[in-house]
Amino acid sequence: MSRLKPSWQAVLAILFCLAAIASGSIAAADPAGVYPYEATKGLILALIAGAALVSMFRIPAMLEVLVLFIGAHVAAWLLIRGIAGVEGTARAPFYLLIAAAWLLAWRCVAVLSSIRTGSKQVSTALRLIVPTIFGAWILIIWEAVTRGAGIPFILLPPPSSIGVRIVNSLPILAADVNQTIFKAVLFGYLIGCGTGFLVAILADRVPFMRRGLLPIGNMVSALPIIGIAPIMVMWFGFDWQSKAAVVIIMTFFPMLVNTVTGLAASGHMERDLMRTYASDYWQTLFKLRLPAAAPFIFNALKINSTLALIGAIVAEFFGTPVVGMGFRISTEVGRMNIDMVWAEIAVAALAGSIFYGVVALIERAATFWHPSVRGG
Amino acid sequence: MSIMIPEPKQVAGMSEVKNPVIEARKLGLTFQTNDGPVQALANVDLTIGKGEFVSFIGPSGCGKTTLLRVIADLEKPTSGSMLVNGMTAEKAREARAYGYVFQAAALFPWRTISGNVALPLEIMGVSKAEQAERIKRTLDLVNLSGFEKKYPWQLSGGMQQRASIARALAFDADLLLMDEPFGALDEIVRDHLNEQLLELWARTEKTICFVTHSIPEAVYLSTRIVVMSPRPGRVTDVIESTLPKERPLDIRETPEFLAIAARVRDGLRAGHSYED
Repeated sequence: MSRLKPSWQAVLAILFCLAAIASGSIAAADPAGVYPYEATKGLILALIAGAALVSMFRIPAMLEVLVLFIGAHVAAWLLIRGIAGVEGTARAPFYLLIAAAWLLAWRCVAVLSSIRTGSKQVSTALRLIVPTIFGAWILIIWEAVTRGAGIPFILLPPPSSIGVRIVNSLPILAADVNQTIFKAVLFGYLIGCGTGFLVAILADRVPFMRRGLLPIGNMVSALPIIGIAPIMVMWFGFDWQSKAAVVIIMTFFPMLVNTVTGLAASGHMERDLMRTYASDYWQTLFKLRLPAAAPFIFNALKINSTLALIGAIVAEFFGTPVVGMGFRISTEVGRMNIDMVWAEIAVAALAGSIFYGVVALIERAATFWHPSVRGG
Repeated sequence: MSIMIPEPKQVAGMSEVKNPVIEARKLGLTFQTNDGPVQALANVDLTIGKGEFVSFIGPSGCGKTTLLRVIADLEKPTSGSMLVNGMTAEKAREARAYGYVFQAAALFPWRTISGNVALPLEIMGVSKAEQAERIKRTLDLVNLSGFEKKYPWQLSGGMQQRASIARALAFDADLLLMDEPFGALDEIVRDHLNEQLLELWARTEKTICFVTHSIPEAVYLSTRIVVMSPRPGRVTDVIESTLPKERPLDIRETPEFLAIAARVRDGLRAGHSYED
């Protein structure tokens, strides 16, 4: 058996290193004559080529992962640090080396995903590490390209300066999150989903409501939110109440429609069964129809968690006190503080993911019996 | 339509039944469908006494399930009358006169096995202590002790159907209506459950109405076999079983058993000859 197991990523990374050596200087001439990365060029090449070579030997998977991880990330860090101060001067070798480092990270993730383990903690850790490396490389390439090519700050700031902006503006961001999410979104979400649910039960009880309300519901859910937001501001004032009103309108109908569908989801046999027990409407509702509707209701809760955030942020574009995520985005764009806009976007994405994740976790616990959750 | 009128012999045979639990008189049911009216049951006269085990057998579409559903007040007859325990079927349902076992187990997947058995008890307002006692007793009766905490989807099809029988027994109705309960199970499991069902019937002395399309199953289980035929659904023959109450599985090879089975088969064939 051969002691070598070449992977195409490692081979390609070494080829990229050779091409980088052949194509000469890593960056255009610098008037000041300072090449902070020329000094580390040898180290970068050695790291990438070395890690690629080591990974081709038959060594334990964990050792291979470690070598690749260190090689790829230290090289990327040296490359990005080297370009600082002389942005926009990068030449082909810079991109070749970043690509080579990225290939090593790819190989690293590939080895990680192929590791089979019996331990639950290790497999949970692996499930987290793989997407983290994946996400980190989106940021690394974003950083390298914006700095290397000197992309104007206004068009696309590098992630590092967005990160610095987030850290330096924590009090402002916290106030915005408090205004938009903890006031407008949460209040509107709870009221919108709650009334949607109650009206669905009312529509189920009173057939006339179902026939009248659902077509109107479909029409209202097609209403452009841009159109109603200014009207809500006129009705409910500049503060968070008008944004909550927009959120209520946006979340009400998905909840209504999904709950009505869910209430029809229980089988004929199960309903006949309840009938043989002479079960009354409310007993059948609570013991059979609502549990059977739970997957639909949670679907609406998940859809609404993202809709509510969008609704509140967009509504703030139409008038708000001097705080709020939507307000910050619209004003900072006007002031060309694009890094602040990106900071708000990052915070909104994080908040939205947490919101969705919490709802999804509750769903897993509540509908553990559903084939999509129990897996079978 | 003269062919629908049952033979006088049968009517006379039924009037002898003591302590009637189910009395159907000139029962008819017509469904209004998009293709016009469909006569599911026509002129059914039938009396079932306390403690009997009666099977309804016939080809699909003969109305045997519909008849069971009329007894259960899940369908309303369009003519004639249906009395259960001397009341109308609706009153009997509201008085929780019967337990119904469906073709599928229809257990609620979000409830454990004991939770499923507790369902009718909760609806009927039985106290917690009484619930626990009855769950234990009925799960014992269907040999499911030890599976209380399992969820339905963790059990085999045969065990699920046994749990659904336990659920129907839990509230102690004297009448058990079973609609092809073992139809979806394999032969071996079915034999086993048939044996257990007979044992359970002997122990609880309930009246059982059992819909099936298997001749051996009907003959093995029943004290009386009601043969039905389709278009329109009607009773063509009622066969009293001469088999003893003690029935080991190998009774199915005895000449007596085979003679009854042959008569059921003849009845089914006769029903078919009315076609066209």
